[in-house]
Amino acid sequence: MDWYPLINSLRIAAISTVAVYFLGIWLANLVARAPRVVKGALDVVLTLPLVLPPTVVGFLLLLVLGPRRPLGAWVLDALGIRLTMTWYSAVAATVVVSFPLMYRTVRGAFESFDEDLADAARTLGHREAWVFWRIKMPSCRQGVIAGAVLAFARALGEYGATSMVAGYTPGVTATVSTTVYQLWRTGDDAAALRWVLVNLAISAVVLLALNLLEGRSRERARGGRHAA
Amino acid sequence: MPLSVDIQKRLGDFRLQVAFQVDDSREMLALLGPSGCGKSMTLRSIAGLVRPDAGRIVLNDRVLFDSAAHVDLPPRERRVGYLFQSYALFPTMTVEQNVMAGALGGTREERRARAAEQIAAMRLTGLEQHRPAELSGGQRQRVAMARMLAGSPELILLDEPFSALDGYLRWQIELEMTDLLRGYPGGAILVSHNRDEVYRMCDTVCVISNGRSEPKQQVRDLFAQPRTVAAALISGCKNFSAVRVVGPGLLECVDWGVTLRTSLPVSADVTSVGVRAHYFEPARPDAPNAIPVKVERVIDSTFSIIAMVRTPGGGLIRYELEKDAWARLGRPSAFTLMAPAACVMPLAGDAMPRVPDALGTRTAGGER
Repeated sequence: MDWYPLINSLRIAAISTVAVYFLGIWLANLVARAPRVVKGALDVVLTLPLVLPPTVVGFLLLLVLGPRRPLGAWVLDALGIRLTMTWYSAVAATVVVSFPLMYRTVRGAFESFDEDLADAARTLGHREAWVFWRIKMPSCRQGVIAGAVLAFARALGEYGATSMVAGYTPGVTATVSTTVYQLWRTGDDAAALRWVLVNLAISAVVLLALNLLEGRSRERARGGRHAA
Repeated sequence: MPLSVDIQKRLGDFRLQVAFQVDDSREMLALLGPSGCGKSMTLRSIAGLVRPDAGRIVLNDRVLFDSAAHVDLPPRERRVGYLFQSYALFPTMTVEQNVMAGALGGTREERRARAAEQIAAMRLTGLEQHRPAELSGGQRQRVAMARMLAGSPELILLDEPFSALDGYLRWQIELEMTDLLRGYPGGAILVSHNRDEVYRMCDTVCVISNGRSEPKQQVRDLFAQPRTVAAALISGCKNFSAVRVVGPGLLECVDWGVTLRTSLPVSADVTSVGVRAHYFEPARPDAPNAIPVKVERVIDSTFSIIAMVRTPGGGLIRYELEKDAWARLGRPSAFTLMAPAACVMPLAGDAMPRVPDALGTRTAGGER
């Protein structure tokens, strides 16, 4: 069995999760503190990819990244890098599609954060950066990790937008999900099933990790000695 | 701690307008008022957590805020300690880390030493590695105090510090905190809605009602001689009547249907009179300041009897007396009360709204 699709899927998901992690935290923090009107508008825009069909996301991405589109053409000209039909093209697709999961989970955590803690730190003489990284982030850690796990899982399973932006080239852009589709299409059900099982195993691990996290946060809320 | 505060802030329909001054660093000032009156917002403004629309805050000759000069120091530069109602301990840090977070400046070892000093002073030794969730209410408050004092603030702000505690523990902590604050070189401001707490702990008091502060006064004066209805109310007075001044020291009490003489000074803007529930005395019908009353309802309280009595004017009076005194009086259904002239308090400011006939509506709050 050629493991390339799994390795490719994992690296795409890993890179996109790192990007979504910082992007999600940054924008969630911005939106959580924004005035109500701005908040409502930004929230719609940032959550949109969650409800749009992935093919629509793929189509919109091709409008921007395609080799004959302004951005795509410029990058190709200036840097000699092609933004579509490569393995890293899929990263663009998974970032957009998995971003809302990170963003919404983290925003929820930020909104339930007790601002008195931040105010206490400020009166004690601390700077905003310290307040954010030492007080707010640790307090919201469960939400941040849960968001990252969900985003990773979503990126790993992405199909629609990925197949449009990166296509399916065995050994180049093939991911687990595009491979399953390709094998089924060509009638190789046995091989497709093997990849389905790989997919199931990964999903189970992700869900287990999430449940473990939730259990820990509940224990922590009860104030268990060794919870932290 | 010479501190002067004069700030205004608008928040929707609510307008905050507070001004007071503290000259002596040993003075304990209370901001007293019902919840929602703006006292916490005042405290937050001093700490820099809320930005007033206009005004000036000066602490020890340092301008913390001045809207005219565009000065607005961030909280971290104000050197003002704030004890939150909920303590606001950092939940992910241990007791030691929490206190160290308050001990800024110097090397890590110096900070650790200062934290250790505060931990010992607050009798928290042995709990250094515990997290806030594992502590009792009293311990949490001591950690919050230790964390705040580790930074040696020039001014301490206490926001309803006992509200999360109850009963015996509350009393113990109050005793401890009073000692501590008396010995602290900086000044302190206590925000509270509890008149007893303020009476026991503070020297001066500034009553805030509906966002407006009244002139600062000595705590004892507030209780002996409140100047306004709002001040009398928050100091625990339960009986109010609208009045007309009919002669020197003579007040016609509209709600009670009697004219009472007062020995306290009557200012020109008097609108009401207040008499505390336990200052009335049973008397003969021809006694001065007599009020013939009918008993409407007798409530057996913990250590006293509360009689709700109907006055000739229709208004109710709450009269409180010892249980055996009520028995000696023969548990009457009608008798005569008198209000000693020194206890008839002329009050300025908005009169209490008159609610015609709901029993007990003219008694304010449950706190005694």
